[in-house]
Amino acid sequence: MFAYIVRRLLFAVPILIGVNVITFALFFMVNTPDDMARAQLGAKQTTPEMIQSWKQDHGYDKPLFFNHNSTGLDKVSDTLFVQESLKLFTFDFGQSDSGRQISSDIYERMWPSLAIALPTFIIGLVTNIAIALLIVLFRGSTLDSITMGVAVAIMSISGLFYIIAGQVLFSKTWHWVPISGYADGIEGIKFLILPVFIGVFAGIGAGVRWYRSIFLEEITKDYVRTARAKGLSEIKVLFGHVLQNGLLPILTGVVVVIPTLFMGSLIMESFFGIPGLGSYTIDAIQSQDFGIVKAMVFLGSVLYIIGLILTDISYTYFDPRVKLS
Amino acid sequence: MSESTVLSVKNLVLNIEENRLIDDISFEIKAAEIFALVGESGSGKSLTSLAIMRLLPEVINVNSGSIVLQDQNLFKVPEYQMQKVRGKQVAMIFQEPMTSLNPVMKVGDQVAEVLKLHLGLKNRAAKDKVVSLFEEVGIPDSATRYDWYPHQLSGGQKQRVMIAMALACEPDLLIADEPTTALDVTIQAQVLELLKSIRDQRGLSILFITHDMGVVYEMADTVAVMKKGKIVEQAEKQKFFNEASHPYTKQLLEDAVPKQSLKPQIDSTKLLEIDDLKVHFPIKKGLFQRTVGMVKAVDGVSLMIEKGQTLALVGESGSGKSTIGQAILKLVNTTEGKVSYVSDENEVNLTNLSQNQMKPLRKKIQVIFQDPFSALNPRMTISEIIREGIVSLKVGSQNRKDQDNRIDELLTQVGIEPSFKHRYPHEFSGGQRQRIGVARALAVEPELIICDEPTSALDVTVRAQVLKLLEDLQKQYQLSYLFITHDLSIIPTIAHKVAVLQNGKVVEQGTVEEIMHNPQQDYTKQLLSSAPELIRKVMFA
Amino acid sequence: MNGMMMTPVFLWTDIMIWVLFVLIVIGVRQIIKDPHKRNQWRSVFASRTSMVSILVLVMYFMIALIDSVHFKVDSSTETSNHKELVSVLDIGLEHLILNSERTYSAPFALQEYSSSVVYNEQGQVQQVYLPLKNVAKHIDMDPNLVAYDVLSQVAWAFMGTLGVLIFISIIHGYFYFKSLAENTVAVKEKSLPWGTAYVTLFIITLVSFSLYSLSFDYHVLGTNKVGEDVLYQSLKSIRTGVLIGGLTTVVMLPLALVLGISAGYFKGWIDDIIQYTYTTLNSIPGVLLIAAAVLVMQSIMSNHADWFGSTEERADMRLLFLIFILGMTSWTGLCRLLRAETLKISQIEYVTAAKAFGLKPFSIIRRHIFPNLMHLVLIALVLDFSGLVLAEAVLSYVGVGVDPTMPSWGNMINQARLEMAREPMVWWSLLSAFVFMFVLVLAANLFADRVQWVLNPRSKK
Repeated sequence: MFAYIVRRLLFAVPILIGVNVITFALFFMVNTPDDMARAQLGAKQTTPEMIQSWKQDHGYDKPLFFNHNSTGLDKVSDTLFVQESLKLFTFDFGQSDSGRQISSDIYERMWPSLAIALPTFIIGLVTNIAIALLIVLFRGSTLDSITMGVAVAIMSISGLFYIIAGQVLFSKTWHWVPISGYADGIEGIKFLILPVFIGVFAGIGAGVRWYRSIFLEEITKDYVRTARAKGLSEIKVLFGHVLQNGLLPILTGVVVVIPTLFMGSLIMESFFGIPGLGSYTIDAIQSQDFGIVKAMVFLGSVLYIIGLILTDISYTYFDPRVKLS
Repeated sequence: MSESTVLSVKNLVLNIEENRLIDDISFEIKAAEIFALVGESGSGKSLTSLAIMRLLPEVINVNSGSIVLQDQNLFKVPEYQMQKVRGKQVAMIFQEPMTSLNPVMKVGDQVAEVLKLHLGLKNRAAKDKVVSLFEEVGIPDSATRYDWYPHQLSGGQKQRVMIAMALACEPDLLIADEPTTALDVTIQAQVLELLKSIRDQRGLSILFITHDMGVVYEMADTVAVMKKGKIVEQAEKQKFFNEASHPYTKQLLEDAVPKQSLKPQIDSTKLLEIDDLKVHFPIKKGLFQRTVGMVKAVDGVSLMIEKGQTLALVGESGSGKSTIGQAILKLVNTTEGKVSYVSDENEVNLTNLSQNQMKPLRKKIQVIFQDPFSALNPRMTISEIIREGIVSLKVGSQNRKDQDNRIDELLTQVGIEPSFKHRYPHEFSGGQRQRIGVARALAVEPELIICDEPTSALDVTVRAQVLKLLEDLQKQYQLSYLFITHDLSIIPTIAHKVAVLQNGKVVEQGTVEEIMHNPQQDYTKQLLSSAPELIRKVMFA
Repeated sequence: MNGMMMTPVFLWTDIMIWVLFVLIVIGVRQIIKDPHKRNQWRSVFASRTSMVSILVLVMYFMIALIDSVHFKVDSSTETSNHKELVSVLDIGLEHLILNSERTYSAPFALQEYSSSVVYNEQGQVQQVYLPLKNVAKHIDMDPNLVAYDVLSQVAWAFMGTLGVLIFISIIHGYFYFKSLAENTVAVKEKSLPWGTAYVTLFIITLVSFSLYSLSFDYHVLGTNKVGEDVLYQSLKSIRTGVLIGGLTTVVMLPLALVLGISAGYFKGWIDDIIQYTYTTLNSIPGVLLIAAAVLVMQSIMSNHADWFGSTEERADMRLLFLIFILGMTSWTGLCRLLRAETLKISQIEYVTAAKAFGLKPFSIIRRHIFPNLMHLVLIALVLDFSGLVLAEAVLSYVGVGVDPTMPSWGNMINQARLEMAREPMVWWSLLSAFVFMFVLVLAANLFADRVQWVLNPRSKK
């Protein structure tokens, strides 16, 4: 088990290096330090000396991938790419264009993101599985076909519609909840109800359809026939046998998402004015703050890889057939 | 209904939409009787058992008839009542022990579930009962096995767990749906023995569903033969085997029992010789995936196949018999040893050849497979399938017109109407597909065909036809076969020589006569004695 | 536009959508030739919902196609505010471009939505709702006549629709009886729900005719902030949606196929490298990768404005780039699927048989593996379509979608969203975009469901 985790973490390193190569290529090749300096110093009247000193101040005066002036290993390591990557690996994301520390911004904004994403995730998962089990119980009936019809309709409507319609109905027309905003602690709940509800509702279509197909596939298996031949009622068959087995394929899709919940939702947070990482990212994209976007890309990849490892580990708990080695 | 009748099925008719699946069948099972329902695939025997349990798929409906269990008409009781019948009064065991147990639940708990449900036993009592049941069905170290998961048990042990589960509430009737079909012969014999002793001790009735006449002979008190949803013949066992009257039954019995005559031993020249062949697969473990050991799939096997003759390679699953075939075809890498093939008077060592050097020899060595469904590409017409080898190995004329004629000729030879050649595999039955597979191999005019269990997925009547076809082709073209099989009963029919394989090693080899009548090794003896009595009776007569 | 110089222009996306069209035509011909596939597809269309869905999809695709034949108009002879690049669709809807208003107006309204301050003849300040410039002139803008006028126009459209459908059914009947006469073998093919098809066709035609006829006299779906007709915007957005939904998977298909099959067939280090590549790409959150790439592209484009001839061409390049980058983020899923399936297929006995015939790996892949993967590719194509159409809206909202000058539902929503605070709300722009998108996505989802059900060998039938 321990050896397995160590090995997976070692495998994660080349992937993160790959991610860095991609982001580095995207940002530095096109938006060179020279361009950055010009943009920061203002378009007018930038002399080569000013650019040079700006680059020196910000540590951008090294070559990109290969340093001809160095010797030995330094030829590779004394470069902008390696320097920048190493900083990322220590989660030192540097400063944003507005001069704030990105790392501490991220730490601060993580919690509001989690405050929406986590309840949405948990309530959504439970609701979807419950509905899916219910219609599997009534499979082939009118209830089944109506639910499936509604599910297709729900997933065919743009998520933006739910947000706008939700805000218009619940906030503008009926004044049940504030239209947007955020507060810490108990106070904050009233701001969270609507986004969480919308998030859960928008996910029902795709979720229920997916879980239903998993349970339906499970229910045709031989062990279910055995369970019925024992004299178990259909409900006991579903909850005692099918649910357990159906959860395994669900795990693969679900556990990988859990760490990325920290990243928040771009759309939700910007519509509801939640000061989380999602709106942080969207603001950065709109103001073209490359430093933040780069940090978020790296963070996202790290969280995804953690998710992959968690998925494997969770299998050892839920599936007796899987032993990590 | 007499006193001792446990189950009575009367005029049962099952439909799917307009099609009749079960067509007016009636039978009765008495107390402590083993009633065998025999039939080929699709005859409706399993549907009958599911109808008794009322577990039919929703699309199938009961048209008419009644099923009475101990004075209780099962079609009249409500579902919640039926749940009390299932597992308590009627229990069932299935064909596939691998998939019939819940993979993520401890086997002990799965048995305890029945006890808790029907007898209301509490945790401790249920567990004790399960352990004693495990002991009764012969699961060693049963207290520990309670906490095991299905994947940790062997196939035979899983079937024992299923039997324990079925016996838990002391049912009146046990339905056994092909309970030994997926098991090796030695295990099959043990499980059959167990079922019989349970019947004797507990006096319960068994509805035994099978396609295997050997098993029927071993087990049954009464036999009923089903064909296309009808019971064509029903009789007490002795009468059934001695004076079967229906032509279909006669055919079944004839095909199921091997022919008594052995093949004449003729001297021939060497075609293929395997010398100390080893095929090992590495096991990787640990932080850096080091190779910590080897799976010795084939571990020092020496064999010889002569021209125009058949060597049968017999072994249970996991004995490495299929790997030998693949090694000859160079589809797996050999670890060590020699495979020499006599081609045009020269002996060539196949293991040293590159894929390119191997190509000219590929037309001499061909292969046919076990599963007729996966052996043919579903997206190609059968004419394309047969043509593939002719084109790739450049056998015969490369003119399309000539090839078309050749394909027609081949199809006629294997007994397929040539005008069907533009059809796709799914339009043919299993037996027909197996014939197409033979035609495909034959198309490149091989000298040696590796037959990898070509008949084990087929019904006995179809099996007999395919074996006959192979025999005719052998006579006509002086073909040699390496016939890989686990089925002892067909060996006298097909083979000249036999090699018995266990754990990647040859235990014993010799002529059919020597192995069958005078086995030297314990394993061979055990294997032969596990064969059903019906087969043994004829083979060793 | 009489007497103007028009030279055909081929935008990159025009070429691609027409190539897609040709591919679909070739695919359909293949299906008709092969009895097995033909039967499969018949059972796709045997379901009523998929018959309705395909007709709706064809309608959208046709609009996208005629919107993808572009001409450059020599604007020196033209004084009006025409764009310099027009499509066939623009020519057909010329009146909608010309009859723009000053600002917002509701559907079928005769006056502007918000009041304006004017000085009357006495020089006093007045709050009035100004009449629209280009509506209902033939009934002298009499509000009482509007309902009657609309009804009568719909009635005419109804007659026209009947005519068209009778014409279609005559042609259909001719082919039907011809096939009956030529029928040799009594092969019973699954009958198709023609009744449903005709009803759907009737509704589609009736709606199109009515909308077209009414659009000359009214702003059927209202106008937006700068007075542009919303119907026109919604129709123009179809091309963007269909392009993104249809082409994204197609452009990345060769890559996914080559890598997925190679990884699954050759295994070993090839598999390792390919798995590494897609795990790496997959680990970057999709929106961020797209955002980063689009930001970079924007800065390239702004630095090299001279590379592009016109705003349309620039917008087109941006769309093309977006399609590629969306493809970059979505091909990994298909690649993984193809790899897994190839691994499975290469263990099957017919592949072993092919190896025993000494076939080269390439031939085995071409003859035995690829044909048995095609259903996965098709399922992925139709399944991804709807998700991509929805994604476009979200990305345009975030600001990393299509060019702001390009008509798209995402841009429509984005512009209209700013007006949400207005009382009473300006709802028609939003709703039009959502409805147009919903119909397309719903049809695609329903069709995808059916295709998956029929083509997936694992689904129980």
